[in-house]
Amino acid sequence: MTLPRSARHTLERLGHLLLVLWVVASLTFVLFRLMPGDPTLNFLSPSFSEETRAALLKGFGLDRPLWDQYLIYMSNLLHGELGMSFLQGKPVAVLLVDALPNTVILTLVSLCAAYAFGIVAGAFLAFRRGGAVEAMAIPAALASRAAPEFWLGMLLLAALSFEFGWFPTGGALSPGQELAGVGARLVSADYWWHLALPALTLVLYLQGLPLLLMRATMLEVMNDEFIVMARMKGLSRWSIVMRHAARNALLPVVTAFALGLGASIGGNVVVETVFAWPGIGRVLVQAVQSADYPLAQGAFILIAAVLVTMNSLADLVYSALDPRVSVRARR
Amino acid sequence: MRGARNFLKFLRGEPFAAVGAAIYSVIVVVAVFADWLEPYAPRAILKVGPRVARYLPISAAHWLGTTSSGRDVLSQVIHGTRSALVVGLTAAIAVVAIGTLLGLLAGYLGGWVDRVVSWLADIVLGLPFLPFMLILAALTHPGTGVVIFTVAALLWPNTARVIRAQVLSLRERAWVEAARVTGCSTARIMFVHVLPQVLPLAALYGSVAIGWAILAEASASFLGFGDPETVSWGVMLQDAYANQALSRGAWNWFAPPGAAIMAMVLAGFLISRGSEKLLFPKLAEQ
Repeated sequence: MTLPRSARHTLERLGHLLLVLWVVASLTFVLFRLMPGDPTLNFLSPSFSEETRAALLKGFGLDRPLWDQYLIYMSNLLHGELGMSFLQGKPVAVLLVDALPNTVILTLVSLCAAYAFGIVAGAFLAFRRGGAVEAMAIPAALASRAAPEFWLGMLLLAALSFEFGWFPTGGALSPGQELAGVGARLVSADYWWHLALPALTLVLYLQGLPLLLMRATMLEVMNDEFIVMARMKGLSRWSIVMRHAARNALLPVVTAFALGLGASIGGNVVVETVFAWPGIGRVLVQAVQSADYPLAQGAFILIAAVLVTMNSLADLVYSALDPRVSVRARR
Repeated sequence: MRGARNFLKFLRGEPFAAVGAAIYSVIVVVAVFADWLEPYAPRAILKVGPRVARYLPISAAHWLGTTSSGRDVLSQVIHGTRSALVVGLTAAIAVVAIGTLLGLLAGYLGGWVDRVVSWLADIVLGLPFLPFMLILAALTHPGTGVVIFTVAALLWPNTARVIRAQVLSLRERAWVEAARVTGCSTARIMFVHVLPQVLPLAALYGSVAIGWAILAEASASFLGFGDPETVSWGVMLQDAYANQALSRGAWNWFAPPGAAIMAMVLAGFLISRGSEKLLFPKLAEQ
């Protein structure tokens, strides 16, 4: 049976994805058991009741040899069983499912805004070559990528929240408010008001990449034969730019978007900490700071899984959008 | 001598690279003469009369004011250049060494070596950078060692990929073929003939890696996993954030260390952008 090449490539990527996920999960297992001290103590808080301790000890095989523990760990992972948080006394999975939407919303909103701005500004810069605008814009774009994310957040916080009082100083909701579902969050003005500053910080930090990328590929594409052809056909400048050049120049930008999505979910750690945004990154930082190892392990695995998945997706998107990229050439 | 003159000529033609090199020069000079330049000892708790000099604004005595514990901000910024340079250079050298070696092996030997390297790269790219560093710091002990290790262990794939591509094209050149025919061993061709050709490209990636390492150190320190005993820009920012510098509007405290980080990282970007044109003339037309 012969599959079409695209299907074979997709299957290959999928197998590859599972393999990398498995290695990352195993690495996490090793990492968390390398730490000094009794590993049992790292996963069982002394504050747990006798029954909870016994149940966890058995459920995670902590009384058994390391190899058995590994097998149990893997099977638990597949079932979404991540243990109990020390400090909050709740299942890790519940805490993660609670925090993940906040991170996803923050990341998606900022990435979309950053890429929308970056694509338009980058295309514009590709047209205004060698002007004063370009002389200012390129160093500015580079500088925005050079500034520490959390410092940008601190500047915005100091200016817009503390100086002018336009935005809240942290958290996702005003005190006393509580929203359960993702839908309720999305329609809450209070939630968006709290989202504004962390999102703005990320937009400032993230827009430089799509801007520079879009500009560079636009300049490259504008010299291609098909653009010369379109020009010879007498098409309008606007049509050449939008229909022909931009569409082709977008390719690397779309790939960067998918990669950026995976990287940001892990990279948001500092921004979430600055703004006390209750996302997965902040959960990880707090868990690590308070030695809540089961929670830290769960958050880390979730972030890594998202990253690996998005890396694979970026690869698939790239080869789907650009048939010129042969499966071999990408290697 | 000729090398130096060529370098100056290059800087004149590339304003981006010139600005980057100028920033680096200033940082190196400040780091070397930090002991003479800092007006106070960076960790000394200063007093005004009997009271600790907390949250002083900008003045003639304290050009950038003081911190919540009465330490001179300017002295800390000046002293921070040292830790930035040490972390940045060590990590960059490590990244470039690993990336160049693996890229060279994968590109020149091909076959299973190439597959193993690309497989390793895929795994490393699947580890989220900051979370990995945090966990490592928490499980071992916090400090610059973890930062340098994480940067070296996780950021080599970019360098390796580019070096590998370069080696793939170099491998087919006539002079490599000539070396092979005259009986040079594979190792000799790789390290004596091919390696010097890819070093400029490796250095280019190194200048960017310095920046990533400094950002990594700053983030680790900010999240409380830095070395609190050293004076670094990241530790300063963490100190400021944790001690109400933002709500007090103490811009003189939290703005300068971040600006210093930005300047140093930007310098790496500018140098690499400038020398890209030198290394890849085709890009210069753009």
